[in-house]
Amino acid sequence: MSTVRVPPVLRAQAGGAKALDLPGGTVGEVLAALVAAHPGLSDQLFAADGTLNRFVNVYVDGQDVRYTGDLGTAVGERDEIVILPAMAGGAG
Amino acid sequence: MSKTFSDLMREARAEIREVTPLEADALRGNPRAALVDVREESEWEQGHIPGAHHVAKSYLEQQIEAYVPDRATPVVLYCAGGVRSLFAGQTLRAMGYRDVVSMSGGFQQWKSLGLPWTQPSLLSEEQKRRYSRHLLIPEVGAEGQAKLLGSKVLLVGAGGLGSPAALYLAAAGVGTIGIVDFDVVDLSNLQRQVVHTTGRIGEKKVVSATAAINALNPDVEVVAHDEVLGPANVAQLIAGYDVILDGTDTFETRYTLNDAAVAAGIPVIHASVFRFEGQLTTFVPFEGPCYRCLYPTPPPPELAPGCSVAGVLGVVPGIMGLLQTNEALKVLLGIGDTLAGRLLLFDALDASFTELKLRRDPTCPACSDAAVAARAAGAPLAVPSATPTATEGLVFPFPAPTREVPA
Repeated sequence: MSTVRVPPVLRAQAGGAKALDLPGGTVGEVLAALVAAHPGLSDQLFAADGTLNRFVNVYVDGQDVRYTGDLGTAVGERDEIVILPAMAGGAG
Repeated sequence: MSKTFSDLMREARAEIREVTPLEADALRGNPRAALVDVREESEWEQGHIPGAHHVAKSYLEQQIEAYVPDRATPVVLYCAGGVRSLFAGQTLRAMGYRDVVSMSGGFQQWKSLGLPWTQPSLLSEEQKRRYSRHLLIPEVGAEGQAKLLGSKVLLVGAGGLGSPAALYLAAAGVGTIGIVDFDVVDLSNLQRQVVHTTGRIGEKKVVSATAAINALNPDVEVVAHDEVLGPANVAQLIAGYDVILDGTDTFETRYTLNDAAVAAGIPVIHASVFRFEGQLTTFVPFEGPCYRCLYPTPPPPELAPGCSVAGVLGVVPGIMGLLQTNEALKVLLGIGDTLAGRLLLFDALDASFTELKLRRDPTCPACSDAAVAARAAGAPLAVPSATPTATEGLVFPFPAPTREVPA
């Protein structure tokens, strides 16, 4: 099981969870398990062609998966996966 | 047996190797070596060798370790004529510094040979007191403080992030603070926008922030830009600033600012906040990624509501705005390691920070080599729309707010 940190902007669709322990040997498998448990997250994470949306970054142990094999990036047992969407807030 | 001055000089010369000003100048190019000026404060203020540390001989034992902590560092000492530096060399040898030389002829001969020297900006007596805690830090000192006083920082937004930044940049003595904001102070702002006050509700934010900065530090010149930053005016607004703090609330502004700052080569300190959490990084053009490398396209609006919709714990923009200020001061002073290439996530509920590694996107339409070449050729690459559009079929992830609070 690896731990997925759910960003605040997506928590409402993940049952309010801040972090979830999910199975999977790759980022794609872990995120598939996440979406299976919380189908409302699918559109936020994935584009129609099944790739990650460009406004969402995913990190495994601090490294951006866009540079380590995308959804095929291997995930170890105790790895932490961080989902990072862009946030706009600042001035208000 | 008593000793004469000549005896002491002979002993010092036997112990400490002397180098000519030209040899010292060559050593100055060695980044490992430390050049130390042991003259008195008043002499230093009349001019010194660029890059030298100032440690007066009378404070040498007490202060040298702060400037030269490693006893193996090659140290070049100089004074006005080459005598005091010889004796200072003996002191350093006694303290265990292994590679110490003294510059013969001192600063006088250095100047007569036409070698480079600089005169520090003189701080007034009042400034010496105001910034005394900065002057005590070797990494800042009078030279660093003069740098800050000569620096120009642009705050884009005088809101949650811009408020603490404005106050601390002003307190630090950043000489020019530009503020871009078109809004007026609202009662609901005061839970976090600490540069404004209850008495100034209804005033333009740039006017309110200017009043606060002037009251805190009259050294600071405020340049108020009471306008919306957009593609038509961004290049002119940011021109001449050393660093920009992005404290805006919309993706459109963030992308517009990013593209113009990359083109102008100005670092942008970026932060954003949401409820209990914040993101922070420093975009240094061509050294690290830019905003478009990090987020090539904006999310649909439902996925990224601003503070006025989602809410924010007031202290979170306070903390993130001060971390932005910390980054800005480091960039201005040229000290420490910035967050270029790193993104810091702050979670107020856990009181935790998480660091993520950011990379430059080799296909970035703003900062890649191809983008730079295209701009130089007068035909910039196309960028994705900065206006977020709803994704088809997207499920709205938030409970609809019962009442929208004005920003």
